[in-house]
Amino acid sequence: MDSKLRISVSPHIHSNITTTKIMLDVVIALLPAAVAGCIIFGLGALAVLVVCVGTCVLSEFLFNIIVKKDQTIGDLSAVVTGLLLGLNLPANIPLWQAGVGSVFAIIIVKCLFGGIGCNLVNPAITARVFMLVAFGSMAKAAFPDAVSSATPLPQILEGNTPSLTNLLLGNIGGAIGETCKLALLVGGIYLIARRVITWHIPVTYISGVFVLSLFIEKFDFMSALALTLSGGLIIGAFFMATDYVTSPSTPKGKIIFGIGAAVITVLIRFYGNYPEGVSFAILLMNILNPYIERLSGRKLFGGKHK
Amino acid sequence: MAFKLKGVHVPHNKNTANMPPVRMTNVKTVTLPTVMHIGAPAVPVVKSGDKVFVGTLVAEQNGFVSSPVYSSVSGTVKSVSEVLLSNGSNSPAVIIESDGEMTADPNITAPKIESLADLSACLKQSGIVGLGGAGFPTYVKFGTAEKPLNIEYLVVNGAECEPYITSDSVTMVQNTQDIKFALEMLTKYFNIKNVVIGIEKNKPEAIKSMKSIKLQNASVEVKVLPSAYPQGGEKVLVYNTTGRIIPMGKLPIDVGCVVCNSTTVASIGKYLKTGMPLVEKCVTVDGGAVATPQNVIVPIGTPLKDVFEFCGGFKTEPKKVLYGGPMMGISVPSLDMPILKNTNAILAFDEKESTPPKTTACIKCGACINNCPFGIDPPAIAKALKTGDYAAMEKAGAELCMECGCCSFVCPAKRPIVQNNKLAKAALKDYKWKEKK
Repeated sequence: MDSKLRISVSPHIHSNITTTKIMLDVVIALLPAAVAGCIIFGLGALAVLVVCVGTCVLSEFLFNIIVKKDQTIGDLSAVVTGLLLGLNLPANIPLWQAGVGSVFAIIIVKCLFGGIGCNLVNPAITARVFMLVAFGSMAKAAFPDAVSSATPLPQILEGNTPSLTNLLLGNIGGAIGETCKLALLVGGIYLIARRVITWHIPVTYISGVFVLSLFIEKFDFMSALALTLSGGLIIGAFFMATDYVTSPSTPKGKIIFGIGAAVITVLIRFYGNYPEGVSFAILLMNILNPYIERLSGRKLFGGKHK
Repeated sequence: MAFKLKGVHVPHNKNTANMPPVRMTNVKTVTLPTVMHIGAPAVPVVKSGDKVFVGTLVAEQNGFVSSPVYSSVSGTVKSVSEVLLSNGSNSPAVIIESDGEMTADPNITAPKIESLADLSACLKQSGIVGLGGAGFPTYVKFGTAEKPLNIEYLVVNGAECEPYITSDSVTMVQNTQDIKFALEMLTKYFNIKNVVIGIEKNKPEAIKSMKSIKLQNASVEVKVLPSAYPQGGEKVLVYNTTGRIIPMGKLPIDVGCVVCNSTTVASIGKYLKTGMPLVEKCVTVDGGAVATPQNVIVPIGTPLKDVFEFCGGFKTEPKKVLYGGPMMGISVPSLDMPILKNTNAILAFDEKESTPPKTTACIKCGACINNCPFGIDPPAIAKALKTGDYAAMEKAGAELCMECGCCSFVCPAKRPIVQNNKLAKAALKDYKWKEKK
């Protein structure tokens, strides 16, 4: 017998998609927003992003060494977490706080639950919520030099709508990566075109918020549009709510997830204590995800519904 | 009707498309296992030293679901002994040394067919089994004169969705008249009114050939299918050609369909015309390690190494050799294994093609779920298998898995998903069998 021949179960060919390639695509999709953030908010923003990405990757690297696991930083998921967290922080946050948030995201939320694929909630979102509760600096949003007013969301809720151009270009207050909607939309469309994500969550989430805001704002179209383009909705809907691990797998589940997140976001924005509800909404939907998955399985071909 | 079951886009690699097959004659020895079909092994009727011709019976059918085996060369029976099969089990096999003459058995004459009973007996004697891969004895599918089946559709499988393989499409082009004759007889005696031939759209030549077929007793429709694996899966094909859904655990006949591979139909035609049973196969020889990929008509039982040698040998050392295509083919442990009745391709992969990808953690992307033609939930099956939760395995659709490999193919983490599904399927079958007892 030729023992040199390899024996394996079919299939004997595989697609060239890998986890690393998917994560690289997410990083590429986030770059326009990162660049825009650095232009709008200056070098401080760059420093926050560098600290977050660096701390995330280093935390995962050290964790794997300490618990003697195979090194996983090569899959780039820690880079994605770091980048997302950084983009969700204000540019003027003390760097040590950004570092603490990054360690929390990677170690507490991801690695302790078993690493990539095993976390129950999105690391970047959860770390942001943790920081919101822990650090006062999170509430003081940074502003581009030209602007000096309160954050746009409370502003709109009070009836002062900033210009649409400023909302799209990001010339408003907010977290580093969430203000320039144009850059985020470019990245989001890239991800859909590359089939890294599907349209279901972003479209249902964003349109859900728009429609609900329209109702609550008594059909004031511009105000609803401004609310949709404010805060962390666009970055959340395209980049955080679509996290594979913590969102449903099937189109049906994704639609339920998107609508649920929209409802919670609007409830918090209009009736809650916090001006912004995207992080909380996604976090809550993350927690509900296993139940959504159970309700949204695909129908078996020629079988009864699951 | 829209093609609802689409599948995944695999590389086609149909390097040998439109290559007319070359006949291989200089075979020295053939090994004919008595198990080349689903069902009971055939029983050898020859012994060492017997003189045989091409088409001489060497092992007879044993029971209802079984199939006879005929010599593929003329020469002398060397021995009847156990050989290793690709599934790891042993089977008795008739080993024949060729005299190089390839003399046909003088007793072979074209069969006379005047009734359903004649045709049914013919199919049984022809030794023809499902040549698309499963190897299920063909005569059983059509039912017998005593127990006729109500067949509304004869679905001819010319999808050939596996990468590399072109033997079916080449057969459709080269043996159009055999296919036509077989369809004429089958539709006439089994009283079938509709013939649907499903072919993926990347085979224009085969589509053209099949469109030329007109029958006296039945309508023929060529359905051009999308080039998306696995169009040739039985349930997928029946749905995409007739719109009928085969319920879980049921067969095509339960929705009035019989599915036959196009090469099977061509072999039936050849037998009905000449009386020569199934003794040779058109085989696609390809893969990165093969010097000259081509289609070869090979006597059944020829060792793989002789077939590769006929194709100019290897340009690099083969590291993995397959029976069939890369999506569902079986890797073989030795180049001494023979060409079987249902071998439609043999592939030899080089080092690069056969290096397994690195498996990483599941990122729950859902690609396996969303790309399964049948809506199976592989992660749920894997979880249930770990915990031994049979109810969850069943609910996730383990029994429905046809092992087409779409899930493993698309998985970015390169997880052994089909392997898991196979284990779950076996475990669930075992559990249900024990429950019954």
